Amino acid sequence: MAEAVSLPGVAAVPTRSLWGEAARRFRRHRLATAGLVVLLVLVLLCALAAWISPYGPNAINLRARSQPPSWAHWLGTDGTGRDIVARVLFGGQISLAVGIAAVSVSAAIGIAVGCIAGYFGGKADLILTSVIDMVLTFPRLVLIIAFVAVVGPGIFNTMLVIGLLSWPSTARLTRGEILSLRGSEFIQAAQALGSSSRVIIAEHVLPNILSPILVAVTLDVATVILLEASLSFLGLGAQPPTPSWGNMLRDARTLSILEGQPWLWLPPGLLIALTVLSVNAVGDGLRDALDPRHVQRGGPA
Amino acid sequence: MIHYILRKLLLAIPVLFGVTLIVFAVASAMPGDAVLAMITAEAPSSEQLIAMRRGELGLDQPVVQQYLHWLGQLLHGNFGRSFVSGRPVIDLIGERLPITLELMGVALLVAFLLGTALGLASALRQYGAADYGLTVAGLVGVSIPDFFLGLLLVYLFSLELRWFPSAGVRTQGGAFSWADHLRYLVLPAASLALFRTAIFMRYARAGMLDVLNQDYMRTARAKGLRPRLILLRHGLRNALIPLTTVFGLSLPTLFGGSVVVETIFQWPGIGLLFINAVVDRDSPVIMGYVLLTAVIVMAANLLTDLAYAVLDPRVSYG
Repeated sequence: MAEAVSLPGVAAVPTRSLWGEAARRFRRHRLATAGLVVLLVLVLLCALAAWISPYGPNAINLRARSQPPSWAHWLGTDGTGRDIVARVLFGGQISLAVGIAAVSVSAAIGIAVGCIAGYFGGKADLILTSVIDMVLTFPRLVLIIAFVAVVGPGIFNTMLVIGLLSWPSTARLTRGEILSLRGSEFIQAAQALGSSSRVIIAEHVLPNILSPILVAVTLDVATVILLEASLSFLGLGAQPPTPSWGNMLRDARTLSILEGQPWLWLPPGLLIALTVLSVNAVGDGLRDALDPRHVQRGGPA
Repeated sequence: MIHYILRKLLLAIPVLFGVTLIVFAVASAMPGDAVLAMITAEAPSSEQLIAMRRGELGLDQPVVQQYLHWLGQLLHGNFGRSFVSGRPVIDLIGERLPITLELMGVALLVAFLLGTALGLASALRQYGAADYGLTVAGLVGVSIPDFFLGLLLVYLFSLELRWFPSAGVRTQGGAFSWADHLRYLVLPAASLALFRTAIFMRYARAGMLDVLNQDYMRTARAKGLRPRLILLRHGLRNALIPLTTVFGLSLPTLFGGSVVVETIFQWPGIGLLFINAVVDRDSPVIMGYVLLTAVIVMAANLLTDLAYAVLDPRVSYG
């Protein structure tokens, strides 16, 4: 971060920090700013579900079954009289939490593996790159489904399996970025000064490759939310009665519900799309903000 | 060039080997085995019987030996038998592969044509209202889950408008006709195509914008060539090159997407076979499917690399 330096006789020049400049560029990206606002509102609504919703997500009310939207139940009720607003908000907690947790796991592994492979090179690089290639050969959703078949469905397993199988793309990106830096003079200088590899990676390499990784990881959140939703839709993710946006759409496989009770499946579907759209927009905005070479007016390339 | 192809092929071998290792590891970790599946299906179990049967199938051997045996069988085209139906996995997959490839192929073709056209239109009106609208539409396109889109399409075009059937591949009872079959294809193909259309559009737009700023485009204009000719012969042909990558990139998500879409539309392809096998814990079928998709993806990536090298002479065959 740049700090204002006061020289005698020179009026203080307002300086802009690197991140301040990036924030300014981000705000100019209207779609990204809108996405960020929508995301914050969604996260807040879901996090405060217990205080917002007068009903619990699993509170059965047999006297109010399959009711269309009304003042008492804004989005109606399902076949056992559970309130859809409550289920959508609590379901959002699951979907968002799985997304964030899985991406944290995959980003941590991916960055670590990418750093080791890229910085040290040699045998470690060869082995790690082949592992990355192998995992990336499988269609991600297919491999995840196969692993879930082994460990069984459930929120925790979903989170873990998605996280443990999603890191190779981050690793590949990190490795590539490091390779482009490895010969740089400032790295050589740090090495000549006798800094340990850990210090060089943490203090000299990572800060310089953070932007593209941050963008990729943000976009990965969108992909992972879609993956969790697909898994839950297939019945392999969050298990009933726990709601998640994906498994709420399962009911709509029955044509009578699909046609007659759209309030059961439209809200969770729209929320998945809205969340993913917002995350994607934020990712695009970050890319424009952090990489000045890639400036686009209000849109992705 | 030949050196480049050979090198790519040689590099693929260890990866393929690793892929079989992962698939085998997953399958061995799966609860239940062939014998337990058969025993519960056919006869009252006794410990002795189970042990005997395991011996017959080589399941009492060390894991490494089992793996090598399985690998040897694979090389002979033997993928094992389904625990559920008892039929060879290769037959089960072989029967259903064409209909999945049909679905994926149509979706990919539609996505390519539509996405490219929209991307070019978008690039030619850069920063115009149409460009902005299409860019936002593209972002929406990559954000709607396949299955939600599928449900929406069924709701609108099948239940409300009654234009297309909601599930299956043909009308029951009647003789097979292509016209009838294609009506069943429309909705699942559209569900799969939207996401890829948006991707093709992004790449086509970026590719065209890149080309439009090239010196040879200016030269062509300066020579006084007709604008249409410049766009088609000098612009489009070069703008399409990066799109070859998208074909390769699309395949993995296309397989994932087809699992979901085939489930919604009860499209009897390998995606539906796979998901049913997962529900039944039918590990030979799961292994066969996962291995097949991985091999197809690998082959597609190789072809993409080669196509790229052929189309773009600037790529070095290092």
